[in-house]
Amino acid sequence: MIDRIVADSSSSSPFYFWGYFMDHRHQDLAWLWDHVYLSLIPVVAGLIIALPLGYLARRYRWVYPPMVSVMGLLYTIPSIALFVLVPPVFGLKALDPKQVPIALTVYSVALLVRVVADGLAAVPEDVAQAATAMGFGRLRRLISVELPIAVPVVAAGLRVATVSNVSLVAVAGTIGQDNLGRLFDEGKNLSTTGPYYPPIVLGIVLCVLLALVFDLIIVLGTRMLTPWRRVVIGR
Amino acid sequence: MIGNVITWLNDPAHWRDTRLMTGIPSQLEAHIRYCAIALAIAVVIALPIGLLLGHTRKGTWLVTLANAVRALPTVGVLVLLVVLISPHFTGRTDTGYLIPTEIVLILLAIPPILSNTVAGVQNVEPAVRDAAVGMGMTGSEVLRKVELPCSLPLIFSGFRSATLQVIATATIASYVPLNGLGRFIYDGLAQQDFPQMIGGGVLVAALALVADLLLGLVQRYVVSPGISGRFSKKVVAAAGPITADVVQAEVATV
Repeated sequence: MIDRIVADSSSSSPFYFWGYFMDHRHQDLAWLWDHVYLSLIPVVAGLIIALPLGYLARRYRWVYPPMVSVMGLLYTIPSIALFVLVPPVFGLKALDPKQVPIALTVYSVALLVRVVADGLAAVPEDVAQAATAMGFGRLRRLISVELPIAVPVVAAGLRVATVSNVSLVAVAGTIGQDNLGRLFDEGKNLSTTGPYYPPIVLGIVLCVLLALVFDLIIVLGTRMLTPWRRVVIGR
Repeated sequence: MIGNVITWLNDPAHWRDTRLMTGIPSQLEAHIRYCAIALAIAVVIALPIGLLLGHTRKGTWLVTLANAVRALPTVGVLVLLVVLISPHFTGRTDTGYLIPTEIVLILLAIPPILSNTVAGVQNVEPAVRDAAVGMGMTGSEVLRKVELPCSLPLIFSGFRSATLQVIATATIASYVPLNGLGRFIYDGLAQQDFPQMIGGGVLVAALALVADLLLGLVQRYVVSPGISGRFSKKVVAAAGPITADVVQAEVATV
């Protein structure tokens, strides 16, 4: 504890964040890792749940309006409220580590269902008919024709979901869940006598870097999955 | 657990101010006040700029910049500004916490309003715009009488998502600490009084839902039925083909 205070007092400059990171490497890397999987797992789980729901909303037109309304309502609930409301609804303890990924999965599903349904709706009718005429069954048409065409739209939704997740995970730090948000808590607690910037700046830098990396991965993945778009653009 | 939360919400002692605790109505009033200030300033800034950028089709880098702000972790910026600004205010006032909070709320509210306004104006059908010009309207008339009414649905959806984000973030401001409904969540957490914490969550969620509902009603009356396609069953709202850009504009803001 003492050595920590001594190390902390070495500099309170906002640009000392790298030194702060090196001083608390172990803890910070653990929080970074928590942040990575808390941001990613909900998006992956959300996409897995949203694909069939979005397909249903597209296949049966009457499902679309009520489903979009319900998802919109879920997305309306503020993040911190959803975090504290998840445990009673899912029968967990009031502060359970699972509350964060569950709440964020709910958000991701709410966002992606509509994106998947709209993306599938954007498939041109003649393309779908051509696939049917070539003898594609409904499932094969969905997997090899409609989903690939919907990739750019779905990817746009994924980017939004991932980037906003990175920011929302940090909110959970204020109710004591372990992730990069704890750096902000630490910075606030260390600033009682005078401003102490390093952990706060470090947290912001790491969160932004994380969001940028995730965004880049999705953009590159979209490029790989849609090679025909490059041909059109290059012409 | 749920029973305890209902008991907490029903306790009349929590609905009036006492020496020990600020009641639910006062905190609700504070919460709405913080949000209203931020939203008013954000609209005054973002709406004219968005209309101008959409009309002239210039400066889209500003939209990109505003969207990039979204990657910033809200809590981090909030704590940073509080640590930066609050020491300059002393005494029995919450100004030192209010100013940084309002800055963050305004920063959050601008991107959805701005990008949706730009997208809305740019997505007005070229034929409609050409017809207006052909009728002899000047540039500002086209903007006021044609492009603004036609883009109202998207502008409204931007404003609604800005409202939701502001309500959500004003809750986190209680952690800074500031008043507002988030007070119950963070006080409940600090006192291990979980019914209070979850009750606070219920109140915040209810506020967000009611606010969105009211704005939806306002939108119904403000947007021309010719654009929303509400009164005719056959004419579907004239929506162009959905593209990744439109999804980005619509979804990014939720």
